[in-house]
Amino acid sequence: MKNAVGRDIPDFLLANGKEVYQGKNYMDGKYVKKASPRTRIYERPQESKIVDSLAQALRDCGAKDGMTFSFHHHLRNGDFVVNMVMKAAIEELGLKDLTIAATSLGEAHDPIADYIEEGKVIGIQTSGIRGRMGQVVSEGKLKTPAIIRSHGGRPRAIEAGEVHIDIAFVAAPTSDCVGNCRGIGGKSNCGSLGYAMTDAKYADHVVVVTDCLVDFPNMPASVEAIDVDAVVVVDSIGNPKKIASAAARISQNPRDLMMAENVAKVIASTPYFKEGFSFQTGVGGPSLAANLFLEKYMDERGIKMGWAIGGICGPMVEMLKKGKVGKVIDVQDFDLDAVNSINQTPGHFEMSASQYANPANKGAFVNKLDFVVLAALEIDTGFNVNVLTGSDGVLRGAPGGHPDTAAGSKVCVIVTPLVRGRMATVCEKVVTVTTPGDCVDVLVTDYGIAVNPLRPDLIRCLDEAGIPHVSIESLKEKAYSIVGRPDDVQFEDKVVAVLEARDGTILDVIRQIKPYTFED
Amino acid sequence: MQIEKNAMAGTLESSDALVTVEPGEGGIELEITSSVMNQYGRQIRQTVLETLERLEVKDGKVTVVDKGALDCTLKARVECAVFRSCDKSAAGIPWGGVIK
Repeated sequence: MKNAVGRDIPDFLLANGKEVYQGKNYMDGKYVKKASPRTRIYERPQESKIVDSLAQALRDCGAKDGMTFSFHHHLRNGDFVVNMVMKAAIEELGLKDLTIAATSLGEAHDPIADYIEEGKVIGIQTSGIRGRMGQVVSEGKLKTPAIIRSHGGRPRAIEAGEVHIDIAFVAAPTSDCVGNCRGIGGKSNCGSLGYAMTDAKYADHVVVVTDCLVDFPNMPASVEAIDVDAVVVVDSIGNPKKIASAAARISQNPRDLMMAENVAKVIASTPYFKEGFSFQTGVGGPSLAANLFLEKYMDERGIKMGWAIGGICGPMVEMLKKGKVGKVIDVQDFDLDAVNSINQTPGHFEMSASQYANPANKGAFVNKLDFVVLAALEIDTGFNVNVLTGSDGVLRGAPGGHPDTAAGSKVCVIVTPLVRGRMATVCEKVVTVTTPGDCVDVLVTDYGIAVNPLRPDLIRCLDEAGIPHVSIESLKEKAYSIVGRPDDVQFEDKVVAVLEARDGTILDVIRQIKPYTFED
Repeated sequence: MQIEKNAMAGTLESSDALVTVEPGEGGIELEITSSVMNQYGRQIRQTVLETLERLEVKDGKVTVVDKGALDCTLKARVECAVFRSCDKSAAGIPWGGVIK
């Protein structure tokens, strides 16, 4: 059945009331019955919940075949915890048929690919999937189709009971002996623990894994002891060098800067650019550089930013310290400046993934967002964006908060070079739709700006400000005139991953890759 | 032209291609690997074959390791490799003739 972005969704996926994507705000006003976990009663006072090993914690939580384990990705590509836990479960306890439900996965988790090939891990639910895991899933080796969700879609699915977490694992930079966790104060600091919060509330069992045990009570706790069954102390939960990079630097690349300046110009041309406006930006070259130019316009007009959200990095913390932004609300930290600022700098707060982006709750921050600046691997003439699959059809990205912020914000700006090497970024049809075109408003490239025809109000703003813009079709033709018109990527029929829209409907499917052969 | 000995042109840098030509055993034998194979494999092959035809190379083993080169780059690398293979790359290149 074709969905609202023209993707054909196989009927077998539309069982148990599952629907195809119908357009944004489709679920508005409907009701949901929230799921509840089955948790153990600890009436007898416990001095400590520390157990000797992950294997012991797994046994204490009744780990068995077929369970779903959850993880969060604040340790990013430095994470050791996913691999440690899965190794203990599979190699020490001999478990099989396991599902990993992670907020994101990366190259750090390459060893999990072996467990997929051995049939020990049969399900993956995540935002990001990359490296060897992306490869083996794309090759059709995972027993059930992977489920890809946005950062807001995941807490929605957990709360709705579509994902039931048997055991949640919290990678905690610091914890006390009963499981009050914080993202700072240890040796593997990551700052915010926002993605772990929903998991801890909705999982049957919660195991904290830490490499820095601190005195009770570890306050203010991001994940609280009231939800924790066991604490395991390990030598190291991650590689600090890969958890938070040194300060994110603003690009010096003149092409990035030119695009960033145009992004700021577009933002400044709209009526939403006024005292107290709200903003989110990614940490990619041109997205981050947009901060710099935006600040110039803010100074010119004598206005301040009310608040900023998202994955946070140094330049935003800098603006907070300078008093140019009122509050920063943070679900994840990307660099040491941000890690060292959260809950320390006045006005820098932590939030959960649900509070950040969940479309089914009653007040996610994304819904109050004026502007978001995002990147894209590909964007097509329907303004649909792909940030998940490469031009060879292999899973190697993450929707992350892209679809959530695009849908919630008043103005969503995509900034990307027109071509990358021989790849046309602006194309006729993206390989996978991760953010539907009805949520994307403006495209800024190094060859010109295009505004979504669904936003005549923004077209007027740009015209009045004298900002030249062209049709997205003409940008696509320009791209193809440089790199040539690409052939469609060929796939097998088998569905290897299902991409859920943030509201739980099906936005797209990813099929098994087909080795390339010349037709004749 | 006749491929007289092994010759190479290009690099493995992004947006370039490394083209190797070797004397053949009758006919053109073409091997392509590319970082953009899925979307541009057909066009890369077509461009390489057209360039060889233009140079009147009818016999040789040609290997292309493509890193996302544009068509103009591919043509230039194939031309250069062929000219090097018969020691004609130093002087007297027919610019505007068979070299376009």
